[in-house]
Amino acid sequence: MKPVLLWTDLALWLMLAAGIAYALRVRAQANLRATWRRVLRDPVAASAGVVMAAFLLVTLVDSVHLRRALPTAAGEAAVYDARTLSLLDIALERQLGMREVSYSLPLGTHGFNKESVIDAQGRVSRELPRLQFGGAHLTDPATQWAADVAGRAALGLMGGLVAALLAVALTAAALAGHHAGWRGALADLAADRTFYPLRTLLLTLAVLLLLAGPVIALMPHYHVFGTDRTGNDVLVQALKSVRTAFVIGALSTLATLPIALLLGVLAGYHKGWVDEVIQYVYTTLSAVPNVLLIAACVLMVQVFFDKHPELFETAAERSDLKMLMLCAILGLTGWAGLCRLVRAETLKLRELDYVQAATAFGVGDLRIMARHIVPNVMHLVLITVVLGFSELILYEAVLTYVGVGVDPVMNSFGSMINLARSEMSRDPVVWWSFAAAFGFMVGLVLAANLFADGVRDAFDPKARSARPRVLLRRKGADHA
Amino acid sequence: MLEIDDLRVELDADAGLVRAIAGMHLSLSRGETFALVGESGCGKSMTALALMRLLPENGRVAGGAVRLDGRDLLALPEGQMRAVRGGRIAMIFQEPSTSLNPVMRVGDQVVEAIEAHTPLRGAAARAKAIDWLARVGIPEPQRRVDDYPFRLSGGQKQRVMIAIALAAEPDFLVADEPTTALDVTIQAQILDLIRDLQRERQLGVLLITHDLAVVSGMAHRVALMYAGQIIEVAPAAEFFAHPKHPYARLLLQALPDAARRGEPLAAIAGTVPPLWLDFAGCRFWPRCDKAMGHCAGTIPELTEEGLQHQVRCLLYSQPGNALPRPAVMPQALPPAPAVQGQPLLDVRDLRVRFALKAPLFSRGPRHFDAVDGVSYQLHAGRTLALVGESGCGKTTSGKAIVQLLRRQAQVGGQALFEGQDLFQLSGAALVEARRSIQIIFQDPFASLNPRMRVADVLEEGLIALRPELDTGQRLKRLHALVDQVGLRRDALQRWPHEFSGGQRQRIAIARALAVEPRLIVCDEPTSALDVSVQAQILNLLRDLQREQGLAYLFITHNIGVVEYIADDIAVMRGGRIVEQGACPDVLRRPWEPYTRSLLAAVPRLVPPAN
Repeated sequence: MKPVLLWTDLALWLMLAAGIAYALRVRAQANLRATWRRVLRDPVAASAGVVMAAFLLVTLVDSVHLRRALPTAAGEAAVYDARTLSLLDIALERQLGMREVSYSLPLGTHGFNKESVIDAQGRVSRELPRLQFGGAHLTDPATQWAADVAGRAALGLMGGLVAALLAVALTAAALAGHHAGWRGALADLAADRTFYPLRTLLLTLAVLLLLAGPVIALMPHYHVFGTDRTGNDVLVQALKSVRTAFVIGALSTLATLPIALLLGVLAGYHKGWVDEVIQYVYTTLSAVPNVLLIAACVLMVQVFFDKHPELFETAAERSDLKMLMLCAILGLTGWAGLCRLVRAETLKLRELDYVQAATAFGVGDLRIMARHIVPNVMHLVLITVVLGFSELILYEAVLTYVGVGVDPVMNSFGSMINLARSEMSRDPVVWWSFAAAFGFMVGLVLAANLFADGVRDAFDPKARSARPRVLLRRKGADHA
Repeated sequence: MLEIDDLRVELDADAGLVRAIAGMHLSLSRGETFALVGESGCGKSMTALALMRLLPENGRVAGGAVRLDGRDLLALPEGQMRAVRGGRIAMIFQEPSTSLNPVMRVGDQVVEAIEAHTPLRGAAARAKAIDWLARVGIPEPQRRVDDYPFRLSGGQKQRVMIAIALAAEPDFLVADEPTTALDVTIQAQILDLIRDLQRERQLGVLLITHDLAVVSGMAHRVALMYAGQIIEVAPAAEFFAHPKHPYARLLLQALPDAARRGEPLAAIAGTVPPLWLDFAGCRFWPRCDKAMGHCAGTIPELTEEGLQHQVRCLLYSQPGNALPRPAVMPQALPPAPAVQGQPLLDVRDLRVRFALKAPLFSRGPRHFDAVDGVSYQLHAGRTLALVGESGCGKTTSGKAIVQLLRRQAQVGGQALFEGQDLFQLSGAALVEARRSIQIIFQDPFASLNPRMRVADVLEEGLIALRPELDTGQRLKRLHALVDQVGLRRDALQRWPHEFSGGQRQRIAIARALAVEPRLIVCDEPTSALDVSVQAQILNLLRDLQREQGLAYLFITHNIGVVEYIADDIAVMRGGRIVEQGACPDVLRRPWEPYTRSLLAAVPRLVPPAN
């Protein structure tokens, strides 16, 4: 077995490390801690965070790659499989292997298209073929199917419920010290009298577990979300697409940061001709149609890759680097908005007294920018990053649909939706592929948006007052 | 009759439930001006908002009643309340520039109020609006009625605001800091206008302000608030002549003026307690110079002490033995050194010119002369006050001296600091000059970087200008600094937001002192502070000057502060100095008409009638 570190894996793990480093910094700084505490105390943002964390978990499991060693004779050099697998692939090995011939309904036992079947007597009839794997353990699907599915689903629900109860019990045990024993802790949890909105968090977690339980229980023997035209499990595709969406959303926003921050601060701080030049560049950039610009860049990268096939050992590496390039291109073409914000904020900050005081001390320009300006525009950057995340996930879907997005061999919501175009126009309609992509994407983007709203409210005091505070007010009264 | 009865207002803040107003009683009849005074955060503005039912999202009335002619306003449905707002009780706000809609003609804004509350419509309403603009003293109202707010000056905007408020002919007017954002001469005009209209229309005016001097010329009765409660109510003359509550007495003594020159001001130690606490006793006792043993554990009530004079203090209701407290008044200070020898700073014909962004080929001016030929001299150990109204160029000239305008404006003339022209310096000589001249700013909340610890804030100048010091020496210097400005040493490891306005201003002073300057430009250092804190800061500045022989270029619009602290004075107008000289000479025998009108407009406390 040989571990493989793809570029996007590296980027993702580095980002995780940076996130942990930021968390440590937040712990050390009182004002940042207070602001993030506000995010966590917002029930909507906190439960959106739980959903995001679940998606993040899938992404991370899907970001540890390796290549299997092929059996070789003793003494020979080790030969590795050309396929690069992730931990998620290995966990889903059975589902990946359950490849049918073509479409099948969710939880189906038969194919979706009629085929000519020759029976023992040599008669040819058109009927729905049995699936090779979906419900293959049933001897008589017509009678056994409902009971089998219900039984497995119930078992999964029980499992989910047990896990949820375990989470509640653990939370209560952890709270016992501050809430007069575990009974008191349970009562406070039930009445939502805890410092953080733990009741909401646990409810979100329970819903997630109750959804995941039956799916996990049914997965080994059924295609829970059906199969696509080539017989692949749609659920697996959707799960694999989560990583693509995450990578695009996170890395592209990150790629905009250095340019936007640097140019924005420079323009705002120096004013004059520096400002004129930078403004000219981003005004021009935003005048070019975005899709056109991205398509041109992607095609150039594509040509380069095609001319240098020796650069890549496996197809996975190639498609991975292509995705990384897509992120970089999205970053290079999408920095104008943030740059504009940072420039405006810097223009305001540079007139503030503490910048003037530093000038009076003769502190250098670079130092003033690094110590006085950049830390004070970081809240804007954070807000833009979390808001931009969901936007870019949707953008990836659009680009892939147009045909300039990620590599066709890579699973992504965009390619699922692209295929669904023809599936939705045939009769009878194949709806599950589209529905799965839609459901997952809405779940991810909605969670990201709600979380971003929470972050913005906490970091931007002006936005906070505009929010309905009915719930908070009731809570305040309880405290009194 | 407008009555507030046991009003309690709560705010849901991050720190917890803030009881912004705790049990407020107040009554206001028509034809009377009732002043609500107090330092920032004492709940005076919240009272106004509560009685108009305009509390912010996170606030609510927790109890009590507001009655207008016997009708409880808090119980009215919103539709009827709208008729009361503007129709019966009108309100004017502090900031005239933001209380008018910038994209609506001023006439339309007055007409809007008229049509909302009176049967007049169309041309009749417009005629009425013009009539009102004339009555509030807008020149050429026929023409100005179609102007947009940006064409009016700050004082005119406030006049329009008053016209809007009174256009519906209300019975009561709530004026929340109506002149705080205005210059002193404009302030006098606006106060006169309010007084005239009040007499003419028999208005009941609730005047909310932090400025005791404004109150003394306007109000019939005064209520002093502290930490969400009224602590003293009295007729104005009685209040200023015989304040009974220790806080009221100390507050009046903390006002700087000419009579207190050469002695420290009565600074009130400590700060206002946060209102999310539960109080077991008097809210003022930790800062009180007359505190008694039982003050901490007994909640004082408002008690009648003399004719119409109510006080919330146990000193009168349950007298006891005073706790030992250090005397508030220390010894008199030594006088400032006389003018002798070469001046420390000799400014000759200083000019500052800003380039304007004018369109190509336009014939308008391409530049603006903020400072237009200013000359003055400042000697070591003395204080020169630059006085003038906003926009007269006093701050710009100060910033030019501190070399803050090098890349932003054309600076002409000379500023000789010990014979060297500051504007010609560069390299090592400039570093040396930066060490000698430092600046303190007006707004203590904008002058400290919120993302830096206090130690880093103070160290920044040392690192930049005293590179020869090592870490240990710097730390020693920091400790000396926080001691000097009266902060505790653990302040170094804390963040700016943990400090109150006065403490932040101390940090800003320490930052300027860090590099051992000899001249400090003080740009309105106390105008964002409350009176009691202002006294602390002025005392501190004065002590530092006596100890270290610092020279101050003191930029301010507050004549009281000038009278108290300045040795010399220069009055500026339109980028020029119109009059300068020794402080008592200029203030007592002003030569220029402008200086005279400026001094006449300053509101003053009615001298106590002994």
